[in-house]
Amino acid sequence: MAKILKKEQWSDTIFSMLIDAKDVAKAAKPGQFIILIPKEHGERIPLTIADSDADEGWVQIVFQVVGKSTLELSRMNESEELFSFVGPLGMPSEVEKFDGKVVMVGGGIGIAPIHPIAKKLKEMGNHVISIIGAKTADLLIMEDKLKEASTELLIATDDGSKGKKGFVNLVLEELLATEGDNIKMIWAIGPPIMMKACVESAKKFNAPIIVSLNPIMVDGTGMCGACRVTVGGKTKFACVDGPEFNGAEVDFDELMARQRQYAELERKALELYKSKEGIA
Amino acid sequence: MAERLRPAEKFKRDRVPMKEQDPKERIKNFDEVPFGYSFEEAIKEAQRCLQCNPAPCVEGCPADVHVPQFIDKILDEDVEAAFREIKITNALPAVCGRVCPQEEQCEGACVMNKKGKPIAIGRLERFVADWAREKGITDEDVRAEKTNKKVAIVGSGPAGLACAADLAKLGYDVTIFEALHKPGGVLVYGIPEFRLPKAIVQYEVDQIKKLGVKILTDYVIGYIKTVDELVEEYDAVFLANGAGAPSFLGIPGENLNGVYSASEFLTRSNLMRAFDFPNYDTPINVGKRVVVIGGGNVAMDAVRTAKRLGAEEAIIVYRRSRAEMPARAEEIEHAEAEGIRFELLTNPVRVIGDENGNVKGLECVRMELGEPDESGRRRPVPIEGSNFVMDVDNVIIAIGQNANPIVARSATGVETNKWGYFIADEETGKTTHPKVWAGGDIVTGAATVILAVGAGKKAAKSIHETLSKA
Ligand SMILES: Cc1cc2nc3c(=O)[nH]c(=O)nc-3n(C[C@H](O)[C@H](O)[C@H](O)COP(=O)(O)OP(=O)(O)OC[C@H]3O[C@@H](n4cnc5c(N)ncnc54)[C@H](O)[C@@H]3O)c2cc1C
Ligand SMILES: Cc1cc2nc3c(=O)[nH]c(=O)nc-3n(C[C@H](O)[C@H](O)[C@H](O)COP(=O)(O)OP(=O)(O)OC[C@H]3O[C@@H](n4cnc5c(N)ncnc54)[C@H](O)[C@@H]3O)c2cc1C
Ligand code: FES
Repeated sequence: MAKILKKEQWSDTIFSMLIDAKDVAKAAKPGQFIILIPKEHGERIPLTIADSDADEGWVQIVFQVVGKSTLELSRMNESEELFSFVGPLGMPSEVEKFDGKVVMVGGGIGIAPIHPIAKKLKEMGNHVISIIGAKTADLLIMEDKLKEASTELLIATDDGSKGKKGFVNLVLEELLATEGDNIKMIWAIGPPIMMKACVESAKKFNAPIIVSLNPIMVDGTGMCGACRVTVGGKTKFACVDGPEFNGAEVDFDELMARQRQYAELERKALELYKSKEGIA
Repeated sequence: MAERLRPAEKFKRDRVPMKEQDPKERIKNFDEVPFGYSFEEAIKEAQRCLQCNPAPCVEGCPADVHVPQFIDKILDEDVEAAFREIKITNALPAVCGRVCPQEEQCEGACVMNKKGKPIAIGRLERFVADWAREKGITDEDVRAEKTNKKVAIVGSGPAGLACAADLAKLGYDVTIFEALHKPGGVLVYGIPEFRLPKAIVQYEVDQIKKLGVKILTDYVIGYIKTVDELVEEYDAVFLANGAGAPSFLGIPGENLNGVYSASEFLTRSNLMRAFDFPNYDTPINVGKRVVVIGGGNVAMDAVRTAKRLGAEEAIIVYRRSRAEMPARAEEIEHAEAEGIRFELLTNPVRVIGDENGNVKGLECVRMELGEPDESGRRRPVPIEGSNFVMDVDNVIIAIGQNANPIVARSATGVETNKWGYFIADEETGKTTHPKVWAGGDIVTGAATVILAVGAGKKAAKSIHETLSKA
């Protein structure tokens, strides 16, 4: 169970893996995530389901190496087995046929989780405009898959190496300015700072926006409360009430502060791991 | 064969104490606090047993452990036979011998209470189970002829495990679905290592697996499969998913960094072994001063864990007085011996943070006891103007659990009460759905290991009665 079937490196720090997980693949819906432990002694890390195939029985994860666990995961190879793999978790995206256009905004690693939602929305007959962005062209992932899953695809890079120069929310704002009320729903997924910017942009045009939150989690089943976020002034558990919420109501500053909780310890763990493994 | 004493001699004997780690040492490690009885100590304690018939201790035990019989076997110096006697009814003796509230169960009913201290039934049970484990004595294959019936169990806590063991012995094909990556429920994620070593839980779980029980970990019912689907695929379903959803106080500042629910704090430390960070990857933040809010067993576990994780000062804040504290006396005494400070008749009103979103203080108000409330306990009322601020680095909230809704929302026709707990018959575990049973904390609300075991056993009996008629 949970064998790595296929591994690809998409950039310096971004990897994709197909995991053998028949039951998960069968149950997975857009917007849901899994939690895995790479090896024994490891921690539970949540990753969005980027794609899945019920017939072939695999689930795709796309992740960015940021610390010890994602580094360890990135060093695992095809045919190795993960210590633990559980999912699907979280509430699925509320997809429907909208009477107008839908915009999907994916920033950085957030491009992966918008893919299954865009795909589903398009299948349901929606006009899907995807805006994907990254720091630089090399970090832009899943362009082809997103092109297929969208009616229109727009690109932005911070350094202008591909598509429009600037942040994705600028493209979103331009789109909202020209399309106006025609845009019935926006999904924005990526780093909190990017989601916060998109929410600000959407607010200017009174456009509805959904974001997918990524607080630190432990169990992912509503048992521990580690993932609590403030939405509309109320405490919610991102793992069971979300991860998707109405962006206009999210307290992003609290989310970002909570994500930094273990920064110092995590840095130590990473250093220790690197020195043990002889990684520069 | 140990000497059998006459009743008069039995009454003269004192209960044999159990040796334990020195408090000064044990606050620096996660090793088990009590050492358990030696063979000689066990015999000495067993000699006090009056061998009552009928035995009130057995009636006091929800798992019906054959107490006088197993104690008699200890006196025969045949610990293996004692082990087999216990195992007839209880699949988790090493666990129960350690964490059951015996004072309310078997020992509470012991006739010896009238003359002095009850027989240390829990310690004897623990001794027998540990002895068998160390000697490698495992369960005999007592499985009945295989039936062709399949039972699904949701959750591998004590309720699920007990039910599975009984049904497997009756020949059923049993599968447990467990959300976490390790089986055991609260036994592995909640109760700390220094009270219940995880290797011991694992051992007893492995024994249950040897009976033929399949345990699928990493399998969340409600997401990967619904209860409705289980009902289609299995002849009976037992819901034993526990009451795993933490309560918060609803006071300002609760989402600051450094505020934990007891469940998160204990899960990080126990299941994920954050106490051994960075050998294990899961981090935990414990500052110099840690406050735990609550007065139950969970609060005692959290505060003692905080102390072991390096808190210079670990403090219990509880809104009533010591007499009303729901924790077991033994737990409170252990905490006191370990230097835990108790701020009684005190209630938190606000968590105060610094500019980085970290906890730096806790504002509390002093309380006094007023008239009794519905629970019969005197209601704590705030003393106006008594507010004060404690400098703290962590706040851990241990004020109870709620029902987690994931399972219930995928179970059509299984009714819940207004708090989200399954409605189930106390004697049989039957729910409002003819193929679904439920038991343990998800029916009663947070209770005890032995009550969960008892509920699992009753459900197994009722499932067997129903399925053998069908
Ligand atoms: C619902 C959800 C979906 C996610 N999907 C993806 C995805 O598809 N691709 C991807 O690259 N990342 C995703 N993440 C983030 C990913 O879980 C973290 O990057 C990962 O846990 C970091 O682990 P680490 O040990 O490598 O880094 P660490 O050094 O431990 O931490 C680096 C930073 O990662 C975050 N983090 C750490 N531990 C956790 C944890 N247990 N849960 C969540 N965040 C944590 C914190 O912000 C932390 O400061 C998702 C997070 C959530 C909650
Ligand atoms: C910190 C702490 C200390 C305690 N100390 C004591 C003590 O000293 N003595 C005592 O007698 N009692 C104690 N208790 C109480 C006791 O542990 C519980 O009453 C008992 O464990 C309840 O058993 P259960 O089988 O009903 O549920 P649990 O032990 O909660 O097990 C339920 C299991 O179901 C799993 N599950 C939940 N949802 C799903 C799902 N959707 N799909 C699949 N699996 C799922 C959970 O992961 C869990 O493993 C303590 C409790 C805590 C929290
Ligand atoms: S991660 Fe534990 S409650 Fe959400």
